[in-house]
Amino acid sequence: MSRGGFWSVARAVAWRNIHSFFTNPAIAIPALLLPMFFFTAFAGGLSRVDQVPGFDYGAGYTTFIYGFVLLQASTFAGIFTGFSVARDFESGFSRRLFLAAQRHGGIVAGYWLAALTRAIFTVAVITAVALIAGLDVNGNLFDLVGLYALVLLVNAAAMLFGTGIAMRLRTMQAGPAMQVPAFLLLFLAPVWVPYDLLTGWVQTAASFNPITLVLEAGRGFLAGDPTEVLPAFGAVLLLVAVTVLWARGGLHSAERAA
Amino acid sequence: MRRSTLAVQVGVLARRSVVRTLRQPAMVVPSLVFPLILLAINASGLDSATRLPGFPTDSYFQFALAIPFVQGALFSANSAGTNVASDIESGFLNRLALTPLRRVALMMGQLAGILALGLIQAVTFVVIGVAFGSGIAAGVSGALVIIALSLVISLAFGCIGAFVALRTGSGEAVQGVFPLFFAALFLSSMALPRNLIETDWFRTVADWNPVSYMLEAIRSLVISGWDGEALALGFACAGGLALIALVAASSALRTQMVRT
Amino acid sequence: MSEAAIEATDLVRDFKKGPRAVDGIDLRVEAGEVYGFLGPNGAGKSTTVHMLTTLLPPTSGTARVGGHDVVEEGPAVRATIGAALQEAALDPFLTGTEHMKLQTALHGMRRAEAKSRSGELLARVGLTQAADRKVGGYSGGMKRRLDLALALVHEPRILFLDEPTTGLDPQSRSALWDEVQRLASDSGVTVFLTTQYLEEADVLADRIGIIDQGRIVAEGTPAELKAEISRPTLEIIPAEHGELARTREVLARFGEPANSSPKGAAVLLSEGEAQLADVVRALDADGIHLQHLQLHAPTLDDVFLAKTGRSLEGAAEEEAEQPDPEQAAAA
Repeated sequence: MSRGGFWSVARAVAWRNIHSFFTNPAIAIPALLLPMFFFTAFAGGLSRVDQVPGFDYGAGYTTFIYGFVLLQASTFAGIFTGFSVARDFESGFSRRLFLAAQRHGGIVAGYWLAALTRAIFTVAVITAVALIAGLDVNGNLFDLVGLYALVLLVNAAAMLFGTGIAMRLRTMQAGPAMQVPAFLLLFLAPVWVPYDLLTGWVQTAASFNPITLVLEAGRGFLAGDPTEVLPAFGAVLLLVAVTVLWARGGLHSAERAA
Repeated sequence: MRRSTLAVQVGVLARRSVVRTLRQPAMVVPSLVFPLILLAINASGLDSATRLPGFPTDSYFQFALAIPFVQGALFSANSAGTNVASDIESGFLNRLALTPLRRVALMMGQLAGILALGLIQAVTFVVIGVAFGSGIAAGVSGALVIIALSLVISLAFGCIGAFVALRTGSGEAVQGVFPLFFAALFLSSMALPRNLIETDWFRTVADWNPVSYMLEAIRSLVISGWDGEALALGFACAGGLALIALVAASSALRTQMVRT
Repeated sequence: MSEAAIEATDLVRDFKKGPRAVDGIDLRVEAGEVYGFLGPNGAGKSTTVHMLTTLLPPTSGTARVGGHDVVEEGPAVRATIGAALQEAALDPFLTGTEHMKLQTALHGMRRAEAKSRSGELLARVGLTQAADRKVGGYSGGMKRRLDLALALVHEPRILFLDEPTTGLDPQSRSALWDEVQRLASDSGVTVFLTTQYLEEADVLADRIGIIDQGRIVAEGTPAELKAEISRPTLEIIPAEHGELARTREVLARFGEPANSSPKGAAVLLSEGEAQLADVVRALDADGIHLQHLQLHAPTLDDVFLAKTGRSLEGAAEEEAEQPDPEQAAAA
């Protein structure tokens, strides 16, 4: 393949992004700290909640929260990659990239590879911490493959969403526009208690939120009791499909501006 | 030419600090909106926790209403710190240092901005709380005490923010400290009463965390009425922290403003 | 001799990290004088100004400003001076008028007096129209002019301007120069001005001190300094390119060769302009026809070059690493 081909562009973009992630503590540490913090605060502070009548989750509260924090970590690994895209536009790096690369899709693929790497790294650290804190996994190998497949698909969707915004706005100021919807989507779901124990407007919101399905399926895998597997994969694949289109529109917008 | 009096100095600097704070909607709006969003999500998402035996109220909204007062104060810390840091970075502090300004006036003027923001927050949260159906057990005077306490809390965190700024002279350092404040909020009796926290280490941290007592003092006025012990602990923690932070900030100012 | 407006003896300032920022400076600025402190970035200009304005205690040495010791009598010094320090230090969220209010109040002026003084100063620096706009929307030149107005609120006898025009476009720069010149000539204010621009020092200053690596390497009026170099450069372009080598030979008789354009030859005239006629006669005698002849008078850059062995423009980058006084003081 010629210079500037799809995968060589992707590799170059991914390498640069991953390199700056692992060499720049200001980027890596918040990405790790945030999920770690949620895990500690929720699993530690709220564990009594699993004694609420009707709380029917077999694998314990730590595992229940781990299911949420996994999604949170992988979502933000994707969102923070969106930040990096915005940073690349601000520094003018993207301009050179767009001029040099012939297959611009490779740029997005490169950012995706970077987001994937960041997600795997963050998830691995969180999992290690959770295991020390008493994570109880009842699921078998197939369940775990299902769980992490869901988590990484969510990561891809978040990265595509963030990249779509970054490529349209092309400034670091776009940070909140990526972060706030992601936070809302994550928290308007059964974060602390199962769906049936939610009340009021959050329950209504959660009933429309695709993350609810993903979260329930993920927790099902962890407990060795797969539930809602097809709807969850359906929901997350739909999210990926929509965000692919969104990111593609962003890419075109950036190409017009370049 | 006269020498300006301390009162005049405090007055003009307070005015400037308030005006400056209010002219930055990016500082005021999130400090109101984010605590309210968290409150709304918490109230609905964790309402079932009220079914735990021993939970003090059957409305999680009422229980969680104390949180915004403290969370808003964390934003005060951020805005006070950012304002002070930008004064140092821009050299504005040097401009002030060249006038017959007294350091104590500078400090007090800065606090006025913190208090103004704190007042806006506290009143908003009280009004929202009442409007959405959380009564305040201690009544109108209780609401006034809540506002007073939350001003002391704002002062405490605001002075910490100012201290970090004066010590480092950097807005980035202030931003870097912000997550620590949030950790302090989350590792408290924020989500559950301390006696219902199951994990031992977490309960110990919450026991030692002054934020727990600030929350519990406000909570007591909201949920159960007048509780002298809770109020004393809350005011002592907030006041003590404010005092320590104020002394630290003043000493940092002395180093930062070294004029002869 | 009457008391100088500014007088410094062996002024030294060390910072914890980096080389000595100010390394034994002696200064004497007479009342009513405009003194230009010229040097590259990091030469120690700002550190010196910070010491003279009482914002930074000297490590050793003494300085008196307006007759007061900068260490022992800080408040008295501050009452005497006005200062516009590097990078107009303004609050972007306040208006010009609000800045004036704050400044006049801190100086203890009565409200009516403050109001008229503010109006007068804002008018003087051409900011009456913009007075009620927030400073965040001001241009660089407007900010510097507001900064100057603020420094003048309490009618100081001595004014410190630290790089007043750095980063300004040429129009704003010359507007500010006019204002400073007017101040000095009309009100008899002593001006201590730092700059890294040769032209600025040349235009504004009665006397110039050239500072490099914390030391004053030359001092005098612009004319004196240039006269010290005294030797102008003569550049000749022969009509025929083939005669360039012979042109060089002829010029070599009149002094050391100097840099020139590729088509020409240049010489540093060893005895000054007086040699010009001799050079032309010598070229004529050799039958060399001239296309172009130019005499370059010595500039302050030549002075800087002669004193430090470096050009002022090039020196800035080398020394930009030095800590800036505020940050280092806080450390």
